Amino acid sequence: MTPQSHALPAQRLESGIADSKPNYIPGDAVAEANRCLYCHDAPCITACPTGIDIPTFIRKISTGNVKGSARTILSANLLGYSCARVCPVEALCVGACVYNAWHRSPPISIGRLQRFAVETVLSDGSAAGLLSKAAPNGKKVACVGAGPASLACAGYLALEGCDVTLYEKRESPGGLNVTGVAPYKMNAESAMTEVEFIRSLGVTIKTGVEIGKDIAPAKLVDDHDAVFVGVGLGADSKLGIPGEDGAGVFGGVEWVEKMKLESGYSLEGVRRAVVIGGGNTAIDVVRELAKLGVPDVAMLYRRTEAEMPGYKHEMELARKEGVRLVEKAVPKQFVHADGKLAAVALADGREVACDLAIVAIGQGKLGAFVSSFPGVATTDKGLALGDPMSGATGNPKVWVGGDVTGGELVVTAAQDGKRAARSIAAALALPSREDSPMQAGHR
Amino acid sequence: MADLSVNFAGIQSPNPFWLASAPPTNTGDQIMRAFDAGWGGAVWKTLGDPIVDTSSRFGSIDVGNSRMVGFNNIELITDRPLDVNLREIREVKRKYPKHVVIASLMVESKEDWRDIIKMCIDAGADGLELNFGCPHGMCERGMGSAVGQEPEVLKIVAGWAVEYSTVPVLVKLTPNVGDIRVPGVAAVEAGAHGLSLINTIKSIVGVDLDKMVPYPVVGNRATNGGYCGPAVKPIALHMVSSLGRDPRITVPISGIGGIATWRDAAEFIAMGCTSVQVCTAVMHYGFRIVEDMIDGLSNFLDEKGMKSVNELRGKALPAYTEWGDLDLNYKVAAQIDPEKCIGCDLCYVACRDTSVHCIHTAGEPLIEGHRAPTRDKAIAKATATGVHVPWVDWDECTGCNLCSHVCPVPGCITMVDDTRGKPFESWNDRIAKGTNKVPGGLRG
Repeated sequence: MTPQSHALPAQRLESGIADSKPNYIPGDAVAEANRCLYCHDAPCITACPTGIDIPTFIRKISTGNVKGSARTILSANLLGYSCARVCPVEALCVGACVYNAWHRSPPISIGRLQRFAVETVLSDGSAAGLLSKAAPNGKKVACVGAGPASLACAGYLALEGCDVTLYEKRESPGGLNVTGVAPYKMNAESAMTEVEFIRSLGVTIKTGVEIGKDIAPAKLVDDHDAVFVGVGLGADSKLGIPGEDGAGVFGGVEWVEKMKLESGYSLEGVRRAVVIGGGNTAIDVVRELAKLGVPDVAMLYRRTEAEMPGYKHEMELARKEGVRLVEKAVPKQFVHADGKLAAVALADGREVACDLAIVAIGQGKLGAFVSSFPGVATTDKGLALGDPMSGATGNPKVWVGGDVTGGELVVTAAQDGKRAARSIAAALALPSREDSPMQAGHR
Repeated sequence: MADLSVNFAGIQSPNPFWLASAPPTNTGDQIMRAFDAGWGGAVWKTLGDPIVDTSSRFGSIDVGNSRMVGFNNIELITDRPLDVNLREIREVKRKYPKHVVIASLMVESKEDWRDIIKMCIDAGADGLELNFGCPHGMCERGMGSAVGQEPEVLKIVAGWAVEYSTVPVLVKLTPNVGDIRVPGVAAVEAGAHGLSLINTIKSIVGVDLDKMVPYPVVGNRATNGGYCGPAVKPIALHMVSSLGRDPRITVPISGIGGIATWRDAAEFIAMGCTSVQVCTAVMHYGFRIVEDMIDGLSNFLDEKGMKSVNELRGKALPAYTEWGDLDLNYKVAAQIDPEKCIGCDLCYVACRDTSVHCIHTAGEPLIEGHRAPTRDKAIAKATATGVHVPWVDWDECTGCNLCSHVCPVPGCITMVDDTRGKPFESWNDRIAKGTNKVPGGLRG
């Protein structure tokens, strides 16, 4: 992998969690690629939010043209690497594979093949050279936040010749790909290699710079020809019950970040952990705790399993790893004893003993921040309001995309970034190019 | 259970399955294990003056995830001393008197042929096979295919063998000729008691694009080899059939070339073979494959009500005619089963880009007056499930059959008779009637 400009600390807990789907060796990738039927008008392409030409990239793997395969992927989706590893493929491309209707053999492992192709070119350093790049055009673009949406938008515009700067308030870029992805899907090092790939396209990444504090939004807009706001979501939502601020209680995103990035953080002494929530973050957290060896991991959900918003296939895996689900569990209070967490008391009188509690019930919206950009509106739910096909806002120099507008997947953020890049290129009257990567995939 | 035993030019064999002269028949130990596994006969790895082999010497073609679809070798004849081979032949025949051992031979001079033939017969060989087929290495020394490609030379050398032999003589033919009937007839005219074919096809199996050396790589050089395996079966089947239906070929044929299963064997026998020989499939999977070959052929014969494998011999030959005798009015049309279709649309793109574009997607209209028996069901499934089920316009379909070959789902696309009572009429019939002019040619 390419050297990292943003080194990650040593002794991180996530390092103890193994990759659940290790990368293929070349022969195995070819064997899996050979299973692909190479459908015409393939349903997997339709199912991909970015519209990667999946049968084409798989055929290129089968012929040994791995660089061509990676180019096919990265053109339609610059974040093809993280998407290969974190996409809920069962609900997207793999779920649409015609093998599902056949019931003869399993659908093609599209995500693993995509990872194989992209990891190959990230590892040998050839990735950036695969994509057509225009000469510098003098246009200055700022992307606020350095998560998936901004990374995609920035990368595509850098390829069009723009002078793009990413502004990130944290010390390291990458957004949730670095801080929030379950390590058995992708660890922070892997996520960082993708960030470095985007940087290598010619993007400047400024970390530790907070827009609204260090630079006023209006000034940022004034100083650039276009601004993309892809700041994602805010802090963990809270239950608002007694004891929540006490010892041993964390927010979901907060805890995952500690587990992934905090040097020396350990779960020593944690015997019983509860996770409150029923979404995909909650499922990630229970699986992480189970994989890290916590003997008793309970998931507390306020309704029944049938109503859980998290993916069923992920919940099944969690069960296999020993996680138990407590249904109709509405927390009333975190009970502490001797300054330590002892239990979660439920509204129906039950009590679940625990020495670690993680509240994964969603994240706050950043509507207030987004509205600080002149002319940019938000919805009543606190989401940034942008044109769904372009991310354009009421301010002709400002675009929005990613989770800040209500998306929830890395792949939808990547598509938002690509759509905004196309829209910005049009607004800046950049010359159209036949081999412009951002024109690949779905509109 | 049907009788699988065959009589090949007087050689009695418990079944028609023989190992071809090749690496699996290199030693007596191998052949005895093969007989234990069920093989009826074995043609010994070609005897002659011992040679020196190269490393490496095999090359292979994989298609998709199927390994060794085609196989190539540059191995020469036996590299073991003649007396060792003869001693082992004697031992095998002593232990397996009812199994067939045929000595494959390749030497140069008349005296050499005389002497080696006598030695082999003395050792107990049931027959001889003259290796006039090897297309690599040995042919550079004036043997193998160098003999098989020259009918006059073939006739002379085969004549020597026939003269000196007291056991049946098979001539193994090379496919590296324009018309297999020419060497076949020459061998029969020389008095050969049987023919075996095909030997391997002269080939270069591939190129190592990093080293820029063809396969199989020997240091930094390579040479052409002999091609065999499943990929050559159609070529072998044609050559066997050409001889099988030629009235000048009055001797039994041992079929060789890509035979891996009882079904392959049954096809060769139906096209006129008395026995079959197998090599590549054994190199791939071992001697054990013969168990299913025996079992499968036996069950097939029982199902068809045939009491003996001899009843199968040549059964399909009468149907093999010239193109000019085919029925031009016979018509089939493709039918896609909407129930089985998984919506890969490989048939759609194949028909559109290669054939007549008679396969249509659910959304495409039907030309008025045309027939499309499955269209309604295809549209219904496409609408209900989103699966891209295509349908066939029977008035556009020419019955070419391509779609049924590209379809990955067994039984999904079938070819249905759409002749609709038209009488038989061949091209030769048209010539006879003077109705063979097709408008639109050079002269209008």
